Amino acid sequence: MIDWIIVLQAGVASGTVLLFAAIGEILAERSGVMNLGVEGMMLIGAMTAYKTVAMGGNPWVGVVYAMLFSGALSLLHAVVTINFQADQVVSGLAINFVGVGLSTVLGEGLSKAGTVSLLPSFSVPVLSVLPLIGPVFFTNQHVLVYVGYILTPLAWFFINRTRPGLHLRAVGEYPAAADALGINVQGLRYLYVLVGGLMAGLAGATISLAVSPGWFSELTTAGQGWIAIGLVIFAQWDPWRAALGGYAFGAIRRLILDLQGPQVLYGFVNPFYATPMLGFFLQMLPYALTIVVLVLVSREAMRKRLGAPAALGTPYIRGQRGI
Amino acid sequence: MPETPIAVEMRGIVKRFPGVLANDHVDFDLREGEVHALLGENGAGKSTLMNVLAGLYKPEEGSICVQGQRVSLNSPRDAIAHGVGMVHQHFMLVPSQTVTENILLGLDEPRFILSLPEQDKKVLALQEQYGLKVDPKARIWQLSVGEQQRVEILKMLYRGARVLIMDEPTAVLTPQEVRELFVTLRSMTQRGHSIIFISHKLDEVLAIANRVTVLQHGRVTAAGVSAKSVTKAELARLMVGRDVVFTLDKEPVTPGAITLSIENVTAENDRGLPALRGLSLEIRSGEIVGIAAVAGNGQTELAQVITGMRRCTGGRVVACDEVVSNNPPRRAIERGVSHVPEDRAGMGSSPGLSVADNIIMKSYRQAPFASGWVLNRPVIRQTAEKLKHEYDIATPTIDTEARLLSGGNLQKMILAREMSCMPKIMVAGQPTRGLDVGAIEAVHRLLLQEREQGAAILLISEELDEIMSLSDRIVVMYEGQIMGEMSAAEADLDKIGLMMAGTRKEDLEKQDESIHGHAI
Amino acid sequence: MSLSTVTPSEPKTWGLPYRIVVEPRLSVPRWLSPAVSVGAVILALLLGGVVIQLAGGNPIESYIHIFKAAFGDVGVFSDTLVKATPLILTGLACTLAFRMKLWNIGAEGQFFMGAWGASAVVLFPLLPANTPAILMIPAMILAGFLCGALWGLVPGFLKARLKVNEIITSLMMNYIATSWVLFWVFGAWSERGFQMSPTFPKSAWLPRLTDYAAQVKAFSGLTVHLGLVFGLVAAVVVWFIMNRSQWGYEIRLTGDNPKAAQYAGINIVRNTVLLMMLSGGLAGLAGMSEISGVVHRLQGSISPGYGFTGIIIAWLAKLNAFGVILAAILFGGLLLAGREIQPSGIPRMLQGIILFTVIASDVLLRYRIRIVKS
Repeated sequence: MIDWIIVLQAGVASGTVLLFAAIGEILAERSGVMNLGVEGMMLIGAMTAYKTVAMGGNPWVGVVYAMLFSGALSLLHAVVTINFQADQVVSGLAINFVGVGLSTVLGEGLSKAGTVSLLPSFSVPVLSVLPLIGPVFFTNQHVLVYVGYILTPLAWFFINRTRPGLHLRAVGEYPAAADALGINVQGLRYLYVLVGGLMAGLAGATISLAVSPGWFSELTTAGQGWIAIGLVIFAQWDPWRAALGGYAFGAIRRLILDLQGPQVLYGFVNPFYATPMLGFFLQMLPYALTIVVLVLVSREAMRKRLGAPAALGTPYIRGQRGI
Repeated sequence: MPETPIAVEMRGIVKRFPGVLANDHVDFDLREGEVHALLGENGAGKSTLMNVLAGLYKPEEGSICVQGQRVSLNSPRDAIAHGVGMVHQHFMLVPSQTVTENILLGLDEPRFILSLPEQDKKVLALQEQYGLKVDPKARIWQLSVGEQQRVEILKMLYRGARVLIMDEPTAVLTPQEVRELFVTLRSMTQRGHSIIFISHKLDEVLAIANRVTVLQHGRVTAAGVSAKSVTKAELARLMVGRDVVFTLDKEPVTPGAITLSIENVTAENDRGLPALRGLSLEIRSGEIVGIAAVAGNGQTELAQVITGMRRCTGGRVVACDEVVSNNPPRRAIERGVSHVPEDRAGMGSSPGLSVADNIIMKSYRQAPFASGWVLNRPVIRQTAEKLKHEYDIATPTIDTEARLLSGGNLQKMILAREMSCMPKIMVAGQPTRGLDVGAIEAVHRLLLQEREQGAAILLISEELDEIMSLSDRIVVMYEGQIMGEMSAAEADLDKIGLMMAGTRKEDLEKQDESIHGHAI
Repeated sequence: MSLSTVTPSEPKTWGLPYRIVVEPRLSVPRWLSPAVSVGAVILALLLGGVVIQLAGGNPIESYIHIFKAAFGDVGVFSDTLVKATPLILTGLACTLAFRMKLWNIGAEGQFFMGAWGASAVVLFPLLPANTPAILMIPAMILAGFLCGALWGLVPGFLKARLKVNEIITSLMMNYIATSWVLFWVFGAWSERGFQMSPTFPKSAWLPRLTDYAAQVKAFSGLTVHLGLVFGLVAAVVVWFIMNRSQWGYEIRLTGDNPKAAQYAGINIVRNTVLLMMLSGGLAGLAGMSEISGVVHRLQGSISPGYGFTGIIIAWLAKLNAFGVILAAILFGGLLLAGREIQPSGIPRMLQGIILFTVIASDVLLRYRIRIVKS
């Protein structure tokens, strides 16, 4: 039997990683800059957080360092794409390679920690007894999960209901209009790329401190940075959808593991137990699903008036006004 | 007349761009409570002058005083701080955001939380004051052009602008919307606002303005004259002027068969508004038909329909006996239609490719440039060198990337490409825009050459001298329709100017009769 | 009213008697492009040295060691070439796609699928074990190419018809490919339960120089294999396609100005799909060559990131086919020597830094910096 509560609970726990990374990228992309280096930045974050703890530091300090180093890496991307007008795609890829390489080099010698979270976990008193929602969302989750619960509506509110959020959206949609009204387009883009970097670092720290404690070199993130980018598109740049998508993916990752365990599943012989090789197809699932999701979204976007922030991917150069 | 206080005074403004003196020691003053029209052809310098006032450009020389105080305007923010706001021709509105959000953009208030319902109310209150109705909750892309313009005006009013600069505000409006706009403007002047109205449409200018200033080639030809004291004809002459017309050697050529036939074509522009309203025209081989029109009257769309880059909603275009409208561009190319597009850097050329590669853009599939799957490089290079020489394209080598060419040389390269295909029909849009005298002369010579070789040429240009000296027939377009046609021999600058500003030829003739019918 | 040129920046004074002016370049001298690339690599090595220092190593020693280990003598150079072989092919694969601004990040997955396809010929088996090499090898080449092409077709088609972002789709296909290969390697093709397939019969091995040691003494020990020839031939073919063929012209034009391409009547959808297939096919060929020339079996780990490194190589070579060969040799050397240095992530990190310095230095090709006395 599969314990669906456990699956969903674990989904929320590991989905928080995707949530952080995706929301960070949403903010960056809303300002018009695409940062494909999320995977690399997450690895830097994961490594830094874990190394801090391994060297005797407090896990919270580890989280802070993780965010700072990740943010520094994202600033490189900002300089190259905003000031040097380099292609955003290639710069993001470069950040990736640097992140993978740097984290492997500096993370040399770190080893696994086991399965116990290095960050405190707890249950919320009243809410954890609610049916279904209680055990899934509010029981025995590590602290960062709760941070995620607060962050999602905050992000939504910031983007849609505050003045700085208004400016953020304008910079990503029609930078010329924002510029003409005195908004510092380049400055804001720097800021939000940095925020994206900080969030990616947080996501990485979540992995190495809470979800799968330890450092496994590149395998630590297993492509979640890329899934987060796909998630941003699926979420149509909305934090709520990103959170939902993140949790769903997290649940799928847990489900994949659970499907391979039991001998008998709901009365049928479990094919994944009998033929362990089939497990590899399960492993493909999150990635194949990302593709499917993107295809569905592209059709939706073509039908409705949805889509990316209009100025995403193009550097803003003052003086190129007009049509 | 009592001395009304001066709202804005600009003295001795000089503004240069690479290769062009846009404003040549221009003086301009605006009195409080008036509507002051700024007239001139495209390129006359009126938009530039107003961009200086709005803080977008810094002049090389000159001074600006607002409400008697000398000011230095380094950015649009500065200008707005002094009460000067500009409503641009191309709206600076974020399409996916609401009216209220656009109005609030860039302001320091409200500090953090955007309570839209509250802000909506504020916007509505402002609207009440000025009679500018628009739904604050609507998103920009849902609004009509007239409504979008109202948002732009509200934006400025919200920021406390006393002086409003309107850049070609009626260019995109329906007649109904124009009337509504004028009502708004009058009510604003009654509340003490002053308005600068940039336009080229004489009828409207005379209807709304108190005073008129005319610019021509960067200089003032009429400074703040009262609108009641001038006639349309006088204004047209002041705008267009009696400039030196290039005298070129034009061989007399007998026009041949009808090669290009535009039959009752209707089409829409990018905004979905009608751009061509049942236009019909025939061009014979060996003749140049020049379209005289101010920018934005449908001539760009006409060129696009002929070359297959835009769909037409009615009518058709026949080139060399085959319908080319509503077909891919290849069809027109195969029929011998050649196109020198208005946006050279857009679809006209490929900036990252070499000059040689640009030259074969249309012909790379045919012999002798290609045999089988392969490109014949030596032949391509040879042809490119030959054309470079023939058309005097100044470029270090034919391998230089096209983006490094100057405007004039880019244009020559495009002409080289288009003309070397031995076109039967040529559509040339603003072929000499931004070119220096030498280049202009060269282009004109080439066009005449094509004409002698029997091509049917449609010349679209804002330069009247060019039209007058090159064309065999001159056709005037206004708002997607033909106002009138005349042969080069009977071309009259005044009449053309009036037609370009909206009067039909028949009406001109009636006016003529009525004028000559009375003693003056 | 529109300005179509970038207005030069206001000159910056820092209170000094001269100012720095940044302005767009009006012409690009031929030597500048490769010079900038070389400069970028040097800068990257310097930065990498800093990191090595921080990680507790000795940069100068490390670099000398790298050079010796990669280019020190004929033997090691041959090993470098062996590492460079798949890199040439993946570098070419990425070069092709990038020319049309198609971001094929899936070269790694296409590599794996090519390896799988080639292995399938031997391991299904599609051809009996005693097939002579003269039939076996071409069959493996074909299978490898086709499987890679198929893997490129998916993101290509999705992009062309449905406008789905090819970066993410091609990347996701990487993970699917590795799982696919693992499935076979752990399962049907597993050698006695280990995660690798049985060794291929000799007829499925690409000939190496050392095979001819009997005839030429000097070849003894040199493991350079026929795959290198594939790479060199492919470079010539790619160069030819890009610069001398109509199709290559269409690709370049579409990548540079899609509007102009539309005007010229180019079928962008068809070209997208074909190009992704060709790109994938080359990466697949890289996989086949690695399997058949070096490893001689299919296993879980056959690539230290050849597909990703191909991206960097393509960019470093400024999308020029022959530049790819040079860059591939450089990176091959880095890969080879890097295995022996501590810490072990150095080659990866250097690759990333190189890509970074290359794109940052691109700005020098578009703008000029002048110091003007004011």
